[in-house]
Amino acid sequence: MKQGEKETPRIGVFICHCGINIGGVVNVPEVVAYAKTLPDVFYAEDNLYTCSSDGLNKIKEGIGKYNLNRVIVASCTPRTHEPLFRATCEEAGVNKYLFEMANIREHCSWAHMHEHERATEKAKDIVRMAVAKARLLQPQTEPEIDVTPSALVIGGGISGMTATLCLADQGFKVSLVEKEPELGGMLRNLHKLYPTMQDASESLGHFIEAVKSNKSIDVFTSTVVKEVKGFIGNFKVTLQKGNSETANLDIGTIVVATGATVFEPVGMYGYGEHENIITQLQLERLLKEGKLKKPERVVMIQCVGSREEKGRTYCSRVCCMTALKNAMLIRELYPETEVYLLYRDLQTYGQRYEHHHREAQDKGIRFIKYALEKSPEVSAGKNGKLEVNIYHALLGEQLKIESDLVVLSTPLIQHEDAKELSKMLKVPLGSDGFFFEAHVKLRPIEFATDGIYVCGTAHSPKDTAESVSQAFGVASKAAIPMALKRLKTEAITALVDEDLCSGCRICEAVCEYSAIEMQEKEGKLTSKVLEALCKGCGTCGASCPTGAITMRHFTDNQLIAQIKAAPQVVKEVAKT
Amino acid sequence: MTEEFEPKIVGFLCNWCSYAGADLAGVSRIQYPPNLRIIRVMCSGRIDPAFILEAFRSGADGVLISGCHPGDCHYIAGNYKAQRRGILLKRLLEQFGVEPQRLRIEFVSASEGAKFAAVVKEMVEDIKKLGPSPLKVQTEGLIYA
Repeated sequence: MKQGEKETPRIGVFICHCGINIGGVVNVPEVVAYAKTLPDVFYAEDNLYTCSSDGLNKIKEGIGKYNLNRVIVASCTPRTHEPLFRATCEEAGVNKYLFEMANIREHCSWAHMHEHERATEKAKDIVRMAVAKARLLQPQTEPEIDVTPSALVIGGGISGMTATLCLADQGFKVSLVEKEPELGGMLRNLHKLYPTMQDASESLGHFIEAVKSNKSIDVFTSTVVKEVKGFIGNFKVTLQKGNSETANLDIGTIVVATGATVFEPVGMYGYGEHENIITQLQLERLLKEGKLKKPERVVMIQCVGSREEKGRTYCSRVCCMTALKNAMLIRELYPETEVYLLYRDLQTYGQRYEHHHREAQDKGIRFIKYALEKSPEVSAGKNGKLEVNIYHALLGEQLKIESDLVVLSTPLIQHEDAKELSKMLKVPLGSDGFFFEAHVKLRPIEFATDGIYVCGTAHSPKDTAESVSQAFGVASKAAIPMALKRLKTEAITALVDEDLCSGCRICEAVCEYSAIEMQEKEGKLTSKVLEALCKGCGTCGASCPTGAITMRHFTDNQLIAQIKAAPQVVKEVAKT
Repeated sequence: MTEEFEPKIVGFLCNWCSYAGADLAGVSRIQYPPNLRIIRVMCSGRIDPAFILEAFRSGADGVLISGCHPGDCHYIAGNYKAQRRGILLKRLLEQFGVEPQRLRIEFVSASEGAKFAAVVKEMVEDIKKLGPSPLKVQTEGLIYA
């Protein structure tokens, strides 16, 4: 009998003091008294900490004692605590979609700490709005789906190979796709890796060998992902090799490990005009191939095309350490060569890297700090040399350095074709062009789209050690749905009222997930939601001219009830 | 009425960016005026223009729509759709005699607590200058079924 659509709502409101976090600003007992006057509220109480086991027991007791079928907790943000309270409701036999949260901490007591009275009024409004929505909440059943125990890893660099091996070791089949003819990615271009100074090719060799000899791994080189359809557990992936050959795969989870490329600073500091002005990546290749001729003097310029005022505002994270490493390698190779390092801020971050900065100073690398607005200038000098003019920010003097080689430290940037992949997978790129995770702290290696994960420099500039750690993380994340074999998916999806639908197809056009299909029923064209594809953004609902589409758990009626409850003053409520 | 006019503002915030930005403003203890009432939606693309009109009809003096920055939408492009609908709606509001400044469209990311607080503060100041919504004055005393 519980939770039927027609049952009368019996709402319980649990208002949290959060110690003094809420209680020190908002008059909680006053809000409790107010909540009791609201329609369909059968019970209200305050708790010192609603999220403590004591508080959670109070919710369960309340549900049992007062036969509550809707629960509101007025406390903190649903973004952190909703899962806990939802689980508590489920334990007490109340469907988790019959729970609603009122955020009176982040959005109220913490933001209005010196206005106790107005904060209390606002808390009442927030609770009233939550009650208005809760009265209309409906139980939902989360659809269950099967998960194919096979992963797709896109990108065969160090991150992709690490994730691939780790997934294969856990007993899953893995398809590894690499667009180049060889595995290895960026590391194939690099000489030695800091901080161990190990040869990049040496570490890479072990990985490639392990991947190729593993029977659970299918390697596809010179291959790109052509099409991705479906959803977590049931992706249908088409690969394309060359112009014609294709392969179709059934995939459970997808890892994006497509890496990054290096910015080509054409037109900056004379790059492209003089052959002795090169990037740090080109220097790596010269060192690797033993082709660096002895220079008398080398000038390295940091932050070329990164940490700009506009555009590439980010720090590329690897350039400082790369420059220090290469500067020291040059000094080891040619002890008489002078190396200047022109920097804005030297960021040898963390517990491992700072001592390399000191080591470089001890080894005679010369550091000159410059300011963005007074960036160095490089021009052709006498006898085929280069002339670097730099304003020494600490000395307050203009210096001229004659140099044989200028090395520009340019940032890692996203590949051009990432946009296409982003659209294909329906995962976002951030404003800096890198793949954008669901939440920087709470979900740092997965996308908001279920079943798709990201690691390595496709996500943000990072060095080999960091990429490998992230790849291991991704491998365990991507394994979870496959290990579970069956999954529940979020019930916040679109719902079509076929009687109201006019078959205009606007919803089909605005849906970014191809989750709407047109169907003909009794001679009438109507839209149909493919639930497993629907992510619940609701843009179809907002664009439907006949009001035929609404969203489960965020229905038009629920939102309108919240809206109507929002601006009211207390007295008006008492009237209705 | 001797008391200072305190506008009521309804804010539609997307779950992923702007709602989290508002959370961050609170976590950072950034203080802003308590005039905003927040309604959480999963994506700013969910905001039906009818919701905004309903907010004004129910007595809001201002409406804030806030979503992820261009390119950062967790549902790919819902924020663009919200922006386009919002811009069109501003024109419509003007025809109803509602100053378009009462509807504000912003991009606030999960890391922009300070921006969120600044937007609310500015909006409250702007609407205080405009006074109560003309729609509110017109419909005062009416009872809706």
